[in-house]
Amino acid sequence: MSGVALVIVSHSVQLAEGVVELAAQMAKDVALRAAGGTDDGRIGTSFDKVNDAVTELRAAGHDVAILTDLGSATMTVESVLDFLDEEEAAHVKFADGPLVEGAVAAAVTAQVGGDLDAVVAAGRARELFS
Amino acid sequence: MSDSLSVAWADAWIRGAQAVLAEHRMELIDLDRAIGDGDHGENMDRGFKAVVAKLDEGGIADVQGVLKIVASTLMSKVGGAAGPLYGTAFLRAAKAVEGDVDANGVADLIAGALDGIVSRGKATTGEKTMVDAWTPALEAARAAAASGATAAEALRAAATAAAEGAEATIPLQATKGRASYLGERSIGHKDPGATSTAYILNAAADAAEAL
Repeated sequence: MSGVALVIVSHSVQLAEGVVELAAQMAKDVALRAAGGTDDGRIGTSFDKVNDAVTELRAAGHDVAILTDLGSATMTVESVLDFLDEEEAAHVKFADGPLVEGAVAAAVTAQVGGDLDAVVAAGRARELFS
Repeated sequence: MSDSLSVAWADAWIRGAQAVLAEHRMELIDLDRAIGDGDHGENMDRGFKAVVAKLDEGGIADVQGVLKIVASTLMSKVGGAAGPLYGTAFLRAAKAVEGDVDANGVADLIAGALDGIVSRGKATTGEKTMVDAWTPALEAARAAAASGATAAEALRAAATAAAEGAEATIPLQATKGRASYLGERSIGHKDPGATSTAYILNAAADAAEAL
């Protein structure tokens, strides 16, 4: 199925994988990719890991929502988005929300067939803080 | 000394920056440990070593080409905030120059870099970030260019202003990035990003003066 997919970007390999594990529990049909840590597995984020995950999911026909853990992960994601051409950029969006709640809410929304905008809105998870 | 800086200058600049960042790796780590996550020295050292390895492959025709190599390499090799910030800075700097660089070109290059950092990091002056080094550097380079300075003189003015800007971050309270979580406890420490900016611009001036 080629619904909306998620890329979870964290400074920590384990945190990204853990969030994917948690989100998958309520979203068994959603494509979830962890992009945690630097290229060599240190704490940090990797332009290439994020870009590769996005490219792979787009090639499989998914729209892609991306979530991050901290500000510099967000800057890495925004850099990746800047390098997409205009047509691709319409299919890849950043959901600026709390990572764990946002990922679960976004994954569930994708599971029930929400489109990219709905998934991103869920990922922002504003209502959890209102 | 020719008044316009060519690819040879850009190559020497970046190699010089790599050497000085390697030399000051521990200092940047210590500055970043005080108010951040401690990875800045390691990341800048790794990043610029990867850049120099790319430069060693050769075949770069102009200043813009060197700046683009720096941008793409830092973007993919530096894991911390410095990767996207410096990556975007060098990318915008590359877009701001064409051919050899005179004093006005120096100011344009720095303006491009500052513009990239501001748009990526959404910081402004006085927030204890690298913006506090790049902004006075731009003002100094513009003033030097307007008064008829050479490109090397404009770079020296920019480098001096960046170093002063970095020193001036010490009494500031951080309001951007992870240092902002420390609140008032960020006061009294020099910002690592502003410090690495000053080293990089100093290397640019040194390279121009050595031509």
